[in-house]
This record gives sequence, structure tokens and C-alpha cells, in this order.
Amino acid sequence: MRFSAWQVLKEGLTGNRGWGAHWRDPEPKPAYDVIIIGGGGHGLATAYYLAKEHGITNVAVLEKGYIGGGNVGRNTTIVRANYGLPGNSEFYSHSLKLWEGLEADLNYNVMHSQRGIINLFHSDGARDAAARRGNAMINQGDDAVLLDREGVRAMLPFLDYDNIRFPVYGGLYHARGGTARHDAVAWGFARGADRRGVDLIQNCEVTGIDIEQGRVTGVQTTRGAIKAKKVAMVAAGRSGQVAAMAGMRLPIESHILQAFVTEGLKPCLDTVVTFGMGHFYISQSDKGGLVFGGDLDFYASYAARGNLPQAEHVMEAAMTLMPMIGKARVLRSWGGIMDMSPDGSPIIDTTHIDGLFLNCGWCYGGFKAVPGSGHVTAHLIATGRPHAAATKYRLDRFATGIGLMDEEGTGSQHNLH
Amino acid sequence: MRITCPYCGTRDLREFSYRGAASDLERPDAEAPPEEWHAYLHLRDNPAGVTRDLWYHEMGCASWLVVTRNTVTHEILACDLARDVALKAREAKR
Ligand SMILES: Cc1cc2nc3c(=O)[nH]c(=O)nc-3n(C[C@H](O)[C@H](O)[C@H](O)COP(=O)(O)OP(=O)(O)OC[C@H]3O[C@@H](n4cnc5c(N)ncnc54)[C@H](O)[C@@H]3O)c2cc1C
Ligand SMILES: [Zn+2]
Repeated sequence: MRFSAWQVLKEGLTGNRGWGAHWRDPEPKPAYDVIIIGGGGHGLATAYYLAKEHGITNVAVLEKGYIGGGNVGRNTTIVRANYGLPGNSEFYSHSLKLWEGLEADLNYNVMHSQRGIINLFHSDGARDAAARRGNAMINQGDDAVLLDREGVRAMLPFLDYDNIRFPVYGGLYHARGGTARHDAVAWGFARGADRRGVDLIQNCEVTGIDIEQGRVTGVQTTRGAIKAKKVAMVAAGRSGQVAAMAGMRLPIESHILQAFVTEGLKPCLDTVVTFGMGHFYISQSDKGGLVFGGDLDFYASYAARGNLPQAEHVMEAAMTLMPMIGKARVLRSWGGIMDMSPDGSPIIDTTHIDGLFLNCGWCYGGFKAVPGSGHVTAHLIATGRPHAAATKYRLDRFATGIGLMDEEGTGSQHNLH
Repeated sequence: MRITCPYCGTRDLREFSYRGAASDLERPDAEAPPEEWHAYLHLRDNPAGVTRDLWYHEMGCASWLVVTRNTVTHEILACDLARDVALKAREAKR
């Protein structure tokens, strides 16, 4: 079924009895051309673009849980292209352009909303850094505007401008940034891939990767062995366990990141605001909840829930920046498992095993990357060569020290990002 | 999560800061091949389950600690002074 306003009207008038399942629930076949391990945003998008751009449709996505149950359905949905370093700049720019055509391409409402993002700064030095980042964004062909204090005040009158520790000096405004409905992104890619012939196999955990004479030949799963010519490991926070099945140790530590949402409120915040100095960011969902978060809990974890000290820290930052938030009640909080790399940038590469590909290291920023990552990973799988927008995401950069992408400038070492 | 420091007793998580996997204590020789240094600096077992990692009791006795804990349940299983762990490892090597 093609979704359209006409379809909504017709279904509305006929009791909504015509809406079917958005994708099939097939049994795994004995063999595929390509198997993708992990049915999160990146795995689904990879399958979609393999089918759409490269005509490779004999593909299975193996998901141990259900589609949308991983981080793709747990994030705070911010989409932006405001990176400063070569490697990241062109990749996120590529991804944002795909976002801008995504709903038409997928025929799916992912509620992509370019409501803009303001990154606040609180000192002269930070203003210089913001100006430099803005120039890098403009050089990349994206948009950035340096706002002074009054410029920010006109958009966000409710911030505490004269906070003693963090007075607001201004902000870097990225108008094409914004948010999207995370589940819908997973569902849209899932439906798009399924319609092109990809098998989405849920409740199917990969338990082993078969390798013969340096070449991948298939996988073992909880639903039996499946053969494949090529296998892509796209398991985000679980990348370490999956790669271990191929005898690999990765430069990845899995950490917990929490998020919070308040009760639904009337519209009060029409853009995304980041308060980097307080490790805090916030937006308002279309349902009205204020969605906000902060930094990692900063210890290795697979618990998918965090501890209270970080919750307290985030609430303190919220009160520091926008005291009015004290009147809102927090409805729920949750956590997701982040695949942290030493330099804070991702890995999309081949491996030393023929036919085995790796996509991981998304840290806390992999939602915005979903279309871009799927697009370039599909290119890598189909052609064996990296896409022009992702030439720098090499796995060996940590061993060689060449081409590290440390956006924060804190050092290429675990536990610094 | 509360950590029981051998010197200070059971203390709030806020008093500690995290460093990473306890393999940080197993520093290669200066002459070791680059692959060994790469593995030491970057590669991680990253287990889902029992792990050993290094914590610093920053707001307490300022000891480095090796904490054995479960990354899936956040249960803390043991806590030893990193100094003792490192000395024992050196003894075992001899
Ligand atoms: C609280 C929070 C806030 C965030 N906010 C943002 C944000 O605002 N903007 C942004 O850009 N990013 C954000 N992120 C990061 C983003 O969500 C992740 O980087 C991204 O979703 C990871 O890629 P994915 O969607 O493919 O992961 P996932 O959805 O986690 O997909 C991986 C899948 O692999 C499956 N899997 C694992 N092991 C196996 C196996 N052995 N066999 C089969 N399947 C397996 C898992 O079940 C899972 O479904 C946030 C993350 C969190 C947790
Ligand atoms: Zn102590």
C-alpha cells in the first residue's frame, strides 16, 4: 500500500480496516547473498540502500529482538550536520541531505522536523570555537549562523542569561538541524527494505560467524544456520560480542547513556538547545514532552538503565540553564548502550576476513547518521570500496594513529568521549 | 551503584571516577611490538557480564581500585586495591 492523504481519508471513512502489516514476517531461507546482523537503524538502512541503490535484494536482516527495540528507538532523535573535522563533516552533510529527501523516498512519515539547533557558548574562547565550527560547516556547504546574546534571547527568552557560572554569550544556530520520530525511521526503512524483497527476521540472534580459509560463509543463529556470501556486523552497543564471534577484538567500550522526558506540555520550545558546558541538551517532542539528556554515566555497562548520580547531574544542568523547567514533572527515563570508540568517531570498513564488514562506533550520535551510514555501508558491501562520503572511517586508524577524528579535542583514548 | 572501598567502606558512586578496563594495569614493555601497544591502548574485551575495571576514589582516600562487577546487572562483586593487584601480577610473572 502507498501511503497518501487520500489513503488516510479513505481508511478513515471505512473504519480503518484496510491497514495491513508494514512488513512480512518470513522464515529464514537457507542462504542469502548478504546477511546483516542487527535490525537497528543502521542495519535496516543498509539493507534498504543495498536493494534500492545496488539491486541486491537477496538480503536478510537478522535481529535478536524486535525491529526498533535497540537504540534506534531509545535515542533523543536529534538530527544535525554540525561537525568540524574532515571525515565527519562530509559524512554528516551527506546524511542530512538524505534526511531531507527521506520521507518522499520511503513514502513514510518519519516526522523529520528541521526546527533548528542552537549550541550555546558561555565565554569568548568558546565563541571563537563556535565561529570556527560554523565556518567549517559553511565550507562543507551546510548552514550556520553565529548568534550573539540578544540573538539567542529573541529565540529563547526563558534561559538564565546572567547565570554566574555560565552567562549566555551567544549560540551557533544550525537551521537545518532538528528532530525526527525515531521509531518511524526504523519502521520506514524496514518497510522500504521489505517491499524491495529483503527478509527481516526478528527473534533471531546470531550466535556464531562461520569462517572458512579466511572467508565468511554464513552465520549460526537461534533459528538455525544460514549461509551467506557477505556478512555485515551492524550491532551498535553489542558490536564487541558480535565481532568476538569472528575472533576480533574491537576498539570499542559499551557505555550507558540516559535520557528523560517530562509530562506533555503546551508548546514552549520550538528548537533544539544544547548546553555543552553543562553536558545538557533539550527539545520538545510533538506530543509535548520535553526530551532531554546529558552525558554518559561513564562506566562500561550493558544494563540499558543508568544510575541516579547522572540523573541528578542532568536535572541540575536543566535548572541552571532554564529554571522554568523546575515546574515540569519528569515522566520517565531510560538508557541505551552506546558503542564508544577511542576518538569518538565511527568505523565503517572491511575486515581482515573476506566478505565480513564492520559498522560500529556510533557513540551517542548515531541516529542522525542512520540514512548516511546505511547508504555508504551498502556501497561498501556492494562495491568493496568506501563511498566518497566515508573514506576516513577506517578501522586501522587506531593502530596507525593516522586519520584519527577527535571532534572534542580531548585525546584518542577510551573514556574521554 | 555503591562501591566498597577497602579503606573507606561502602561509598556513593559520586565519590569515584572511572578509568576503564583493568587491563590498563598490564602495560607492555617499552620495547614491545606496536601491535601489543595498540591492543593495550585501544582493543577491549568489553564483556557483557563480569568485568574488572579501574576506579579512582577521588573524593575519598585517593586510592586506585580494581572493581569486579557485572556490566549487565550493575552488581558489584569485589573491590581490591589496584596496588595489590599489580604487585600480585608482578609476583606471578617472576
Ligand atoms: C539515550 C540516547 C540518546 C541518544 N540521542 C541521540 C541523538 O539525539 N541523536 C543521535 O544522532 N543519536 C543519538 N543516540 C545514538 C543513537 O541512538 C545510536 O548511535 C544508534 O541508534 C545506533 O545504531 P542502531 O540504530 O543501528 O542501533 P540499535 O537500534 O541498537 O541496533 C542494533 C541492533 O542489533 C541487534 N543485535 C545485537 N546483537 C545481535 C545478535 N547477536 N544477533 C542479532 N541481532 C543483534 C540489537 O538487538 C539491536 O536491535 C542516542 C542514544 C541513546 C541511548
Ligand atoms: Zn577509599
